[in-house]
Amino acid sequence: MAFPFLSAIVLLPILAGVVLLFLPPKNHKLIYSFALAIALVTFLLSIVVYVGFDVNGPTFQFIEKYDWLPQLGISYHVGVDGIAAPLVLLTGVVIFTGVIISQRIDDRPREFFAFLFLLASGVFGVFVALDLFALFFFYEIAVFPMYLLIAIWGWKQSREYAAMKLTLYLFIGSVIALVGVLAMYFNSGLNTFDFLALQNANFSPQFQKLWFPFVFFGFAVLGGIFPFHNWSPVGHVAAPTAVSMFHAGVLMKLGAFAALRVGIMLMPEGAQFHMWWILLLTLVNVVYGAFIAMTQTDFKYMIGYSSVSHMGLVAMGLATLNHDGLVGASVQMVSHGVMTALFFAVVGMIYDQAHTRQIPELGGMMKIMPFAGIAFIIGGLVSMGMPGFSGFVAEFPIFMGVWADTPWVAIVAAISIAVTAAYILRAVGKVFFGELPAALEGHMHDIKISEKLALGILCVIMIAIGIFPSVVVPMVEHGVEAVLALVGGA
Amino acid sequence: MFGTITPDMILAILPEISLLVVLAIVFIVDLVLAETRRGILAVITAVGLAATFALTLLYANPGNSAELVWGGMLRHDMLGYVAKLLFIFASFITVLLSVKLENVWLKGEYYLLVLTSTIGMTLMAASADLVMLFLAIETTSIPLYILAGFMTGDNKSTEAGFKYLLFGAMTTAVMLYGFSLLFGFAGSSNLYVMADAISAGAVPGPVLVGTLVLVLLGLGFKVAIVPMHFWAPDVYEGAPTPVTAFLSTASKAAGFMVLVRVMLASFPNILADWQLMLGILAVASMFIGNVVALTQKNIKRLLAYSGIAHAGYALLGVVAASELGVASVVYYLLVYVVTNMAAFGVVLIVARATGSDEVEDFAGLHRRSPMLALVLLLAFLSLAGIPPLGGFIAKVLVFAAAVEAGFVWLAVLGVLASIIGLYYYLIVLKVAYLDQPKSEEALPVVRAHGVAIVASVLLVLILGVIIAPGYEWALSAAASLF
Repeated sequence: MAFPFLSAIVLLPILAGVVLLFLPPKNHKLIYSFALAIALVTFLLSIVVYVGFDVNGPTFQFIEKYDWLPQLGISYHVGVDGIAAPLVLLTGVVIFTGVIISQRIDDRPREFFAFLFLLASGVFGVFVALDLFALFFFYEIAVFPMYLLIAIWGWKQSREYAAMKLTLYLFIGSVIALVGVLAMYFNSGLNTFDFLALQNANFSPQFQKLWFPFVFFGFAVLGGIFPFHNWSPVGHVAAPTAVSMFHAGVLMKLGAFAALRVGIMLMPEGAQFHMWWILLLTLVNVVYGAFIAMTQTDFKYMIGYSSVSHMGLVAMGLATLNHDGLVGASVQMVSHGVMTALFFAVVGMIYDQAHTRQIPELGGMMKIMPFAGIAFIIGGLVSMGMPGFSGFVAEFPIFMGVWADTPWVAIVAAISIAVTAAYILRAVGKVFFGELPAALEGHMHDIKISEKLALGILCVIMIAIGIFPSVVVPMVEHGVEAVLALVGGA
Repeated sequence: MFGTITPDMILAILPEISLLVVLAIVFIVDLVLAETRRGILAVITAVGLAATFALTLLYANPGNSAELVWGGMLRHDMLGYVAKLLFIFASFITVLLSVKLENVWLKGEYYLLVLTSTIGMTLMAASADLVMLFLAIETTSIPLYILAGFMTGDNKSTEAGFKYLLFGAMTTAVMLYGFSLLFGFAGSSNLYVMADAISAGAVPGPVLVGTLVLVLLGLGFKVAIVPMHFWAPDVYEGAPTPVTAFLSTASKAAGFMVLVRVMLASFPNILADWQLMLGILAVASMFIGNVVALTQKNIKRLLAYSGIAHAGYALLGVVAASELGVASVVYYLLVYVVTNMAAFGVVLIVARATGSDEVEDFAGLHRRSPMLALVLLLAFLSLAGIPPLGGFIAKVLVFAAAVEAGFVWLAVLGVLASIIGLYYYLIVLKVAYLDQPKSEEALPVVRAHGVAIVASVLLVLILGVIIAPGYEWALSAAASLF
């Protein structure tokens, strides 16, 4: 039997988290080195999965299946398709870079990394789960450590409020989806939670029309869909840097991914029935998110709302239910994940030194931390969807898909591109090329080599996808074809 | 009067016999020893309970058979078997938590009362006859009334004992009246003979519904569901903490075992009526329990209201009245008992160190004793229903049972109520992890308490990850009723 890569990738972080809790609490160096080593191994494992995925092979690969609760048809069944494999890599990247830049955590780092790894295990678990029960199990594991991570290590002014708001929003979503999943389980009559078996359950159209919104929105809350997006910017802002990276970079993808997996793939008729109005909601996400981002003066809020806008594009791509839209949405998940992780990393680096995130109070960073500045600009170009960067590879197909579906929505959504360009360029101009305020003179210094490494990895991925879309697009198309086969081609 | 006594009949009451032997030993040793050396009593009781647990586990397993024994007084089946193990475990942890408890742990009566109450519970779980059932309930309750008021120097404890006694006596009397009506109409006091008579229409419908209300009043008191919940917060707050733990876990679970058995055996004719009735009580319990818990400052009161809410969730499984439903109730109780034992263990340790049960005294627990905070974290997250802990599996099972039985609205209300619950569990965790401690000193932990909470919390994890063995038990317990 082949080495169980997916189980290793899911279990390694959580086991490392347990080991961490037994390390001596005062030895910060040991704790950090251990966390970094584990994150590196996880990253390497995720690369193995990504590289090992065969685009000519079966839909799901790296499959492992063990009985878990056979009486109820629950199994530990994991495997990745062409949509999940890039997301596994994304998670590996974000956990590695996130740990790198968390060197400055000095309040109880042991618990910080333990909770972060627990979160990572949950995220990996959702991306690879092929059993709805397992998916739920991991989904909730991924959500609750956020509470502690934000409440304990977050920004003092808003952390308690933000952590609670985020947790309650996400749990309401997940339990509503749970009821939907249970309804699917009993309605199918197959006595199984297995995803592949439920694909052939042939739920009646009435059933699908009734339950699709529960499942879709239950999960999409985590994807930041309007009008349930409110938790997201507040949470981003209050979270410590590594957690913001994880939260915006990976966690929000869980919502979109699970909505696709469980909602669209298992109830395709329900999806087709409801998607026209969901498309309109996502339009609000995209445009409204961009405008709100433009009005922000707090750097982190600006990026938080830009995430709402960009995740709206993901949901919009999903809502088209056509080839281009789904491919674009899947690539956008990766592209936005890397980009926003980079944004939050840079903002964190600036805030750590300047102790302010107000854009008007910042300036001249290009001279002080040129590497971070260039990285941010690359991220900005991705955000604007410039050709040659991953954002273009992702957003162009989404707009094509939307155009094919409802042209006027594509036109309205295109406004967001201009607005995004406006707020990104304004922030870049002020923060990096503006004049260094006197208050900051002498306090600031360049970022560390390790931080440059983290930013460098993120930039390389964005440029690689932009110049060689073939590193990811065929894989994603491989996965999307399976989705289309269920949805019926449309 | 029982005819020949067969080995099977002995095995059916093996746990009770073993408990009686332990009780006799404790009684004799208590007479012989000087007061200062009576700490050994805790050891004897704990070892005795552990031995009873092992004996029961190995020899009292009825397998798939379910037979009436001792002239139809008891039923030797899987439901009783699983329940007995659970009660003996809870009793064992209770004794461990009682070690070093001032004014309590050096008194022989304390252990005698705990053991007597445990015997009552094991009989409750197996009773198949109204007379036996009533005796078992009283054998359980009367020692508990005394235990709740055991700290005679403490007004709150005395109040708890009295309150519990008054409420208990009243509801038991009402329940007994219900039993007498059932007996009068059905012509037999045996639950299963009665069930046949009732199915044949021996009891007029309205009378049956009326009887149901009377019986529910008594059992609802035992499991502390709304509106028979008023006693719980006061009694939990006043009683010595190990007794509170025992009351809120084993006693509640025993009530549920009886509830499940009686409902399924005696009231199948009016299934829809009692399903609706219990469904409404479940919703009321979940919401009132969770909402009132939000405002609690005392951790024992908070756990009391949380316990009311949890009784509501478990009730969903009863409402489903299916095999999955009963299995989910049993699994829920297994998880609930071990989780609450861990939670009360931490409460006890914190109270010993700080001298109070207020939530604010948990401030900075994590900085003071990180492992203790971790146990609290796991226990509370399990109560909140978060994986990979037992509480998650238990909640999914009861909601699944509700959906399967067509009570989607109950499942939806249940999950919404659980969100309210999440809020106050997180608040306590926030206090423990985030707030500034009054002192940086680590809390002293008595070794027995450490063993108790670690054992409980490991079980919480095991029930949350390795689900199949526990569920197999729960399922065979459920199968023995159908």
